[in-house]
Amino acid sequence: MHMLKIDNLHARVEGKEILKGLSLEIKPGEVHAIMGPNGAGKSTLGNVLSGREGYEVTAGSVLFNGRDLLALEPEERAAEGVFLAFQYPVEIPGVNNTYFLRAALNAQRKYRGEDELDSMRFLKLVREKLKIMQISDELLHRAVNEGFSGGEKKRNEIFQMAVLEPKLAILDETDSGLDIDALKQVAEGVNALRSPDRSFVVVTHYQRLLDYIEPDFVHVLAGGRIVESGDKSLALKLEEQGYAWLADAHPELAKAELAGERA
Amino acid sequence: MNESENMTREVAAPVRDNAEVEAALNRRYEAGFVTDIESTSLPPGLNEDTVRQLSAIKQEPEWMTEWRLAAYRHWLTMPEPDWAKLEIAPIDYQSVSYYSAPKAGLKSLDEVDPKLLETYEKLGVPLHERAKLAGVAVDAVFDSVSVGTTFRKELAEAGVIFCSMSEAIREHGELVRQYLGSVVPTADNYFAALNSAVFSDGSFVFIPKGVRCPMELSTYFRINAMNTGQFERTLIVVEDDAYVSYLEGCTAPMRDENQLHAAVVELVAMERAQIKYSTVQNWYPGDENGVGGIYNFVTKRGDCRGADSKISWTQVETGSAVTWKYPSCVLRGDRSVGEFYSVALTHHRQQADTGTKMIHIGKGTKSKIVSKGISAGRGQNSYRGLVKIEKGADGARNYTQCDSLLIGKKCGAHTFPYMEVKNPTAIVEHEATTSKISDDQLFYCLSRGIGEEDAVSMIVDGFCKQVFRELPMEFAVEAKKLLEVSLEGAVG
Repeated sequence: MHMLKIDNLHARVEGKEILKGLSLEIKPGEVHAIMGPNGAGKSTLGNVLSGREGYEVTAGSVLFNGRDLLALEPEERAAEGVFLAFQYPVEIPGVNNTYFLRAALNAQRKYRGEDELDSMRFLKLVREKLKIMQISDELLHRAVNEGFSGGEKKRNEIFQMAVLEPKLAILDETDSGLDIDALKQVAEGVNALRSPDRSFVVVTHYQRLLDYIEPDFVHVLAGGRIVESGDKSLALKLEEQGYAWLADAHPELAKAELAGERA
Repeated sequence: MNESENMTREVAAPVRDNAEVEAALNRRYEAGFVTDIESTSLPPGLNEDTVRQLSAIKQEPEWMTEWRLAAYRHWLTMPEPDWAKLEIAPIDYQSVSYYSAPKAGLKSLDEVDPKLLETYEKLGVPLHERAKLAGVAVDAVFDSVSVGTTFRKELAEAGVIFCSMSEAIREHGELVRQYLGSVVPTADNYFAALNSAVFSDGSFVFIPKGVRCPMELSTYFRINAMNTGQFERTLIVVEDDAYVSYLEGCTAPMRDENQLHAAVVELVAMERAQIKYSTVQNWYPGDENGVGGIYNFVTKRGDCRGADSKISWTQVETGSAVTWKYPSCVLRGDRSVGEFYSVALTHHRQQADTGTKMIHIGKGTKSKIVSKGISAGRGQNSYRGLVKIEKGADGARNYTQCDSLLIGKKCGAHTFPYMEVKNPTAIVEHEATTSKISDDQLFYCLSRGIGEEDAVSMIVDGFCKQVFRELPMEFAVEAKKLLEVSLEGAVG
């Protein structure tokens, strides 16, 4: 049984078609890497799956554990188990990180008909997760992402993921802006969360991240569709040869789309 | 005010459509009930006879009557101010009744009409035994008359005087006479002059030398009768080395007519004295089309008369159709400190023009201003502040932070900071930001499972945190709740 089944997905942003017939199937426990040139629609995919406003689906379907994901509100998708780790995590001044996370977890639990966690139980959970993520206590007492370094913001995303325990985690260029040490820490956090019933979609520009988070499948997203799929060796090939070679296999793709220029 | 600097910002924020939000928009004003009790009112209209009658009803000494008349005569010569960024229909001062009191004479809390007490219950005023539990002494002003003051005995033992202004004029005439109008003179401004002529009640607080007031003092104001203006007058005098924390809450029922509220608050802090004055203002704001609501014209000023004294204003303004209010500090004593923390929210068609004045006269005086304006719907929110450093104020310092948050695309935020610096050793800092609840912030919350309404109130609460933490605990909780209710349906 598939956890996620995307079929012929078309989506528009500000009137411009970005996804043009994307299909992808993910089973529980799998890690799928999505690579591709700039403007291919990588971030759009994450935003469409999470239900961001302004991303208009014009055709196709998305089933998540058998449910029509596109019919759900963003907060319902979160409660159903979809998590998006942001490329640029958002600052919310004055809102305590722990408070935010508890509100999020309890909102999700309420949706699922589970009892809400009181502060004691929540704190216990947070302490456990902190240990796994190797994140300092101090981060908990600060406002959400406010004044965080780039690395801290990304680690905070992974920490949120650890607490919320989603079924499907979409990492949107989580490696961008990280030095090698920060990258390793983030990857370790992700690896600690890998499990047979949790799937990952890892969106990245660089093969480097995949040295640390080993994918089961690698896909190339270009011109709004998955044009090539393979195992991790595909990522290595892309690293060596870039995207230009894909033009031979897919003559319908414009050169500009493979060069990472916005048409 | 000198227009030495003048900045206006208007930023449009993106809109979201939501049917639930529409429904929440029509939610009723929770304090909007009318209490059905008999009341005695003066007929509408204002002339010298009205002032005399009012003074006679209140059995005031002659000096007080004359004081009122002088204010009234001066008021007649003054033009209505029009410099604020407010659009107000002309006010007919002759159609207002300047006095309304529950009929029966009141001697103690036990004699208070149970219906009236019920009103307070509904409002959550911790009167009577509930007050004791909460540790708050309450002076509740209902329309024009103070209906009962709790904890008189306990306070008296500490030497603290806390009573209605009417009673103070009768019982502590000399004290009142010494200080009344010494901070806000009768001719200070149009609304202060009007208040001086017709104020009907209010609170009087006197904290003698070296006394730390054993509890938080609190007043609740409520406008009930139709076509009544409320003109309360509050005077707080804190002697050397004494301290008081004073809380003020306000509500009014729903009426289609605009009701007038013109209050004056005077604070006097002697040497090393400290006054903390907190307001949660929830007057009826009018409906979503701007019908009805309170016109709130308030003059609040504190005088740091003694060296090393400190006056701190904290206000959360969520109500009123129109707010015109600038709680200020005159930093006369050397090294005295003035603070102003404000959250002002305007939704629907509410308008607020509010801020503060910090007048540095003494050496080494310091002031801090933190203003948070929130605009939603078609609300218009202006910060207007003056920092004035006089010649002799060596080493004076001011820090001003002025932040605006916009929700929706039809509202406006404006900042009018004025600075007049006459001493070269002074340091004056001003920081201002305007932001909107961004789609990014909202989506971030949604993507974590937090619903839209909760997300908005969380973001707004975070925005106001700096001010909320200045409020006494129970007030901070109330303020947060008020903002939530006031903002329901704001994202739409």
